[in-house]
Amino acid sequence: MQEPKITDELIAAHGLASDEYAQIIRLLNREPSYTELGIFSAMWNEHCSYKSSKKWLRTLPTEGPQVICGPGENAGVVDIGDGQAVVFKMESHNHPSYIEPYQGAATGVGGILRDVFTMGARPIAAMNSLSFGEPSHPKTKSLVAGVVAGVGGYGNSFGVPTVGGEVRFDPAYNGNCLVNAFAAGLADADKIFYSAASGVGMPVVYLGAKTGRDGVGGATMASAEFDDNIEDKRPTVQVGDPFTEKRLMEATLELMATGAVISIQDMGAAGLTCSAVEMGDKGNLGVRLNLEDVPVREENMTAYEMMLSESQERMLMVLKPELEAEAKAVFDKWDLDFAIVGETIAEDRFLVMHNGELKADLPLKALSGTAPEYDRPHVATPAPAALTDAPQIDPVEGLKAIISSPNYAAKNWVYEQYDHMVMADTVRRPGLGAGVIRVHGTPKALAFTSDVTPRYCRANPVEGGKQAVAEAYRNLSAVGAKPLASTDNLNFGNPEKPEIMGQFVGCIKGIGEACAALDMPIVSGNVSLYNETDGSGILPTPTIGAVGLLEDLADMIGGPAQDGDLAILIGNTEGHLGQSALLAEAFGRADGDAPTVDLTAEALHGTFVRDYHAMIHAATDLSDGGLAMAAFEMAESAGCGIAIEDGDTGWFFGEDQARYLLAVPMTEATILVDLAKSSGVPARLVGSFGGDTLTFGDASAKMADLSALYHAGFEAAVG
Amino acid sequence: MQSAVIVFPGSNCDRDLKVALTKATGKTPHMVWHKDTALPAGVDFVGIPGGFSFGDYLRCGAIAARAPIMQSVINFANGGGIVMGICNGFQVLVETGLLPGALMRNAGLKYICKDVALKVETSQSLFTNGYNQGEKITIPIAHHDGNYLADDALLARLKGEDRIAFTYEDNPNGSVADIAGILSENRRVMGMMPHPERLNDPALGGRDGAKLFEGLMSSLADA
Repeated sequence: MQEPKITDELIAAHGLASDEYAQIIRLLNREPSYTELGIFSAMWNEHCSYKSSKKWLRTLPTEGPQVICGPGENAGVVDIGDGQAVVFKMESHNHPSYIEPYQGAATGVGGILRDVFTMGARPIAAMNSLSFGEPSHPKTKSLVAGVVAGVGGYGNSFGVPTVGGEVRFDPAYNGNCLVNAFAAGLADADKIFYSAASGVGMPVVYLGAKTGRDGVGGATMASAEFDDNIEDKRPTVQVGDPFTEKRLMEATLELMATGAVISIQDMGAAGLTCSAVEMGDKGNLGVRLNLEDVPVREENMTAYEMMLSESQERMLMVLKPELEAEAKAVFDKWDLDFAIVGETIAEDRFLVMHNGELKADLPLKALSGTAPEYDRPHVATPAPAALTDAPQIDPVEGLKAIISSPNYAAKNWVYEQYDHMVMADTVRRPGLGAGVIRVHGTPKALAFTSDVTPRYCRANPVEGGKQAVAEAYRNLSAVGAKPLASTDNLNFGNPEKPEIMGQFVGCIKGIGEACAALDMPIVSGNVSLYNETDGSGILPTPTIGAVGLLEDLADMIGGPAQDGDLAILIGNTEGHLGQSALLAEAFGRADGDAPTVDLTAEALHGTFVRDYHAMIHAATDLSDGGLAMAAFEMAESAGCGIAIEDGDTGWFFGEDQARYLLAVPMTEATILVDLAKSSGVPARLVGSFGGDTLTFGDASAKMADLSALYHAGFEAAVG
Repeated sequence: MQSAVIVFPGSNCDRDLKVALTKATGKTPHMVWHKDTALPAGVDFVGIPGGFSFGDYLRCGAIAARAPIMQSVINFANGGGIVMGICNGFQVLVETGLLPGALMRNAGLKYICKDVALKVETSQSLFTNGYNQGEKITIPIAHHDGNYLADDALLARLKGEDRIAFTYEDNPNGSVADIAGILSENRRVMGMMPHPERLNDPALGGRDGAKLFEGLMSSLADA
């Protein structure tokens, strides 16, 4: 087949800027072939190359004694003691999910699961952080339905419990929903598999599902803004097959146990291209591929299509040749394709052959090593004016406005569509704070949370970035788990706009400071830029996924609060109402500054809660909706009432940070308050649990009525 | 008691069932691959676990029911063997014809994962004798296709022969007569949509499911 001529239009259609194309010419000393142009576009697009973000990502803290492997591999690896490790990452599938919500979300889950088991870990937990446009927008309902069904459809069939996440709505996401998928797996710390190839002449093996034309150009699509013609991009979305993924996972783990794997890499964005280049680059080797040996499910596929296909459920591996028969037997058992499609070579070349014809001959190192890197202009977000005219509201009316909003209403409609109990180790189910999974067959458990408050990040990127990490830290501490490490999924608009780049730079600064202060290094992550439609960007949304360890499940603060427990508030309350949930939900306002995050106080208060876990029946962090929301949610999940002493609107709804609400038995409460004081932790009794009524000062309501409102809000808006 | 758990390529509750059986019997079950053609010798009990045996493609359980191992399971059941299918396992048993009726898409057309209240309709079986008749228990469900269908004649038979094992207190999926689990004519084959193996330990939120495995174990020990 005749390959198309390289024209300016073709170069632009591949998302390559003219100076980037000039760099290709310089590298090759000639014009690239069509296949080569495709390979460059795949490697150099924003999604794969991190060209706008790399400079800033390098500033994040990524190390610590607990870190076995930080960013750069398929997922981060963190020590959890006893020779075991937790392997995790979060990744976005925003653009595909907006175009085709079910498959976009499903393959997002598939991709992140593959990242985890590629490293030799069996997935044990998943989470999802979802952001949609306003509920009344004509697309929102169908996006919510499709994305939730897609997440469930894939994860449920695969068999991983989805134990946490977030769902939010804001008009800023009307044209770009966010689907951030997190997965964590368990592995032996000395049996982690990496992507670096080693040895010359080693067979490169293709594993899993066959290659089709789906997803050709997907990574390039994910690196562009949307316009009115997005429907045309539907064919760039891949189709997921969780049944194949489940078999691929079982086969891969079995294969690893045979000792046949030298290195392994999943085929994600830009499929065969990225995975082959990655393995060669990390191992300082070249790679030759023979495309006629690639298992295909469509006829007459060209080299270009095979190299750029994003067909799902595929892996590339470098194999110990003497164990080929054992390796093939495993894949035969699981009825999956296993084909030797190339070999490692000594020269620094990426050679792509198809039916005896040379389709690409590129310097391999340069493909990833010389990918463009930009220091894009950025302007800091101006400091917002402080809120001066904080409104007052009856606290029960304020609470009702918050709990009836789909942003804060119960999310059962979502998480009941996800299997959150498969593997029979879920000891804390989704709904309130962190999910907790037992480490199978041990007394240990792992806690998982994902957090970010995008409206804080918009108002004040630095404090917003800090707050996302701090809230994750609190959610883990509130179940008694020691925060271990985090993964970041950074969703922003067009980085070529200095104010958007300024949001990015600010958020990274805040995240970095908080991760360092709270000892939660970033071990993996993903950047999603160009989340804009017709020039209008999303709220800056740097989602933080975090993992905490319980050395002994018996130390978990498991809840619920019990009738007669006293409510203790940890942390200082100034009554910060700027950018609060109350302001947004009850008054439709988005003004004021984000709350300031005192990282020293966060560390001190979190440590206190964890240290005295044995005296605490239940704990929750104070975040959106402040004390009022925390009190309501704790009482609601316990099926009892609560009374909180009177105060002004800032008392009930202020979103000051570093705070927790604890339910403590009456006999222990004053002791705990004294212990806090001697530890320098602000603590005071603010009320009690019991009865069937919620009482905030002089205002009150039946818990049953509030509960009904809380459980109806989500479905009424978007169900 | 020696038990076996059938493993299809898309089973995902096979380990959970293995854990529950090991706990109740003190013996690790045989994990039997779907491509095998014979059950291990001396097996007293066969469990068919939850999951998505063949991706739930074609129809839930339809492909699994025709897997090589299933002819042995059918022969085992026809010879009086004890067989239990949970969730996808129930769907497989219906597809083999060992249990009557059909399981359709949930009435709400959505996958549902949550605890549900069940009523024990009969304690007259190896599987339910750990409970009292009429006892209310909590067991989680996690399925997309649990809407049990039986025609009037079959329903009358199931009722008349005391073959309804469990019913839902608050029907989540549209099942006829709130049916959550049924017994075969000889009462030695049971299928149920809820997952007793998931509420098998106080750490998981309760032990209502453990009673099923303990009851099964004690009745087999007596036999």
